[in-house]
Amino acid sequence: MAPEAKVAALFVFVLGVVATPREAVWAFGIHAFLLLAVVTFAELPVGFVLRRMTIELPFIAFALFLPFLGGGPETEVLGVGLSMEGLWGAWNIFAKATLGVGASVTLVATTEIPELLHGFDRLRVPRLFTAIAGFMVRYIDVIAGEIQRTRTAMTARGHDPRWLWQVGPLATAAGALFVRSYERGERVHQAMVARGYDGRMPVIDERRATALEWGSALAIPLTAWMTVLLVLVTP
Amino acid sequence: MTALEVRDLRFSYPDGTEVLRGVDLEIGAGERVALLGPNGAGKTTFVLHLIGILQAGSGTVAVDGIELTDESVRDVRARVGFVFQDPDDQLFMPTVRQDVAFGPANFGLRGEELEARVGEALTMVGMGHAADKAPHHLSGGERRRVAIATVLAMRPSILILDEPSSNLDPAGRRELAEILAGLDVTLLMVTHDLPYAFEICERSVVMAGGVIAADGPTPDVLSDAAAMTRHRLELPAGFHPHHL
Repeated sequence: MAPEAKVAALFVFVLGVVATPREAVWAFGIHAFLLLAVVTFAELPVGFVLRRMTIELPFIAFALFLPFLGGGPETEVLGVGLSMEGLWGAWNIFAKATLGVGASVTLVATTEIPELLHGFDRLRVPRLFTAIAGFMVRYIDVIAGEIQRTRTAMTARGHDPRWLWQVGPLATAAGALFVRSYERGERVHQAMVARGYDGRMPVIDERRATALEWGSALAIPLTAWMTVLLVLVTP
Repeated sequence: MTALEVRDLRFSYPDGTEVLRGVDLEIGAGERVALLGPNGAGKTTFVLHLIGILQAGSGTVAVDGIELTDESVRDVRARVGFVFQDPDDQLFMPTVRQDVAFGPANFGLRGEELEARVGEALTMVGMGHAADKAPHHLSGGERRRVAIATVLAMRPSILILDEPSSNLDPAGRRELAEILAGLDVTLLMVTHDLPYAFEICERSVVMAGGVIAADGPTPDVLSDAAAMTRHRLELPAGFHPHHL
């Protein structure tokens, strides 16, 4: 499926999730069902998606404090007084974060990064941003390789930092790495100029999403939004 | 017809160090020329002038009869395919296909025409199967071939290669030589690898001290022992150009 349709669908879906009032627990159930349907349709292993979703754990950990710290009326669970307001707050963060992260993981797992960048391009994200992101993806391995070689060279000559006052050589190495990356940037720019670069990245791929692709991609988030509207109009 | 004509090219770094002291060079269409010389002779500085990345203090560069000026620099760059020494500098786009398309797209090619050009260039270097791969997933030899495809896609009049055989294993080196020998294009190859120059280029020029110090058929240049020693050029042990 065309990446721009997927990116747009993710964006609309997440907005829908965020707009859902926290008390409408059943609406979150529908959102989760929609997400699961997409995961199943994409034939992604649920375990894989769950493992990737562990990235949200720090946020959930923060949310766990809310029931203890929140004010207002309290309820008693296993003999501990918990704030109602805090419980709803924690639920709100948990449900929305989980759905948002799950949807993002699904997008990233089904779209190659170059495709994703192309999607942003098609959605009129300034090409300077997508070009910078593209360079980052392209050169992160190259720079990681340089870091690795520098570390090997330092270790080979007996550098074995254990204490804070041994940080000096690391700082020097970081400086050298910065200079090298800067020089590489210069050479890359020369290579671009040599092939006619004039300050604007050229349009290379003109393939656009078809109406069918837009329709099928947006069907899911629009269903989510219908759920939200239903919640809002129900007294 | 003359593909490249350089007259009295001079260049100094801002600190006053003279690198080029009047370079004269003429390369005919279809010629394959090796540019030899010791480290620091000014070879790379010289070739960077041919695409207008460095600007000469004085002298002229003309490609296909078009003199390199601020106005013509884009036109000249479209005619000169420059392959940098490190393919990681040359390949900067997320996929091989996008990288090969970058040059022709900058010069206005779009759609099917662009796609065809990309396919043609990748086929010429035997990398048609790798179009959708990321450059960092390729081997060193493959990267070098794709780097050459990125400039072949611009259908240049003259192909300039900076140290094409560096960092290649013997098989990668041989495969690249076969590809270069099979290309129907004017070639200027900067190299320290003298057997490679001998294999691919019928003519060699030696740059030393910022001028062209020798120019002639590769076997003759490589067998002039006195000049070779003077210019810090050495053949591998047992290699005699006239005995092959």
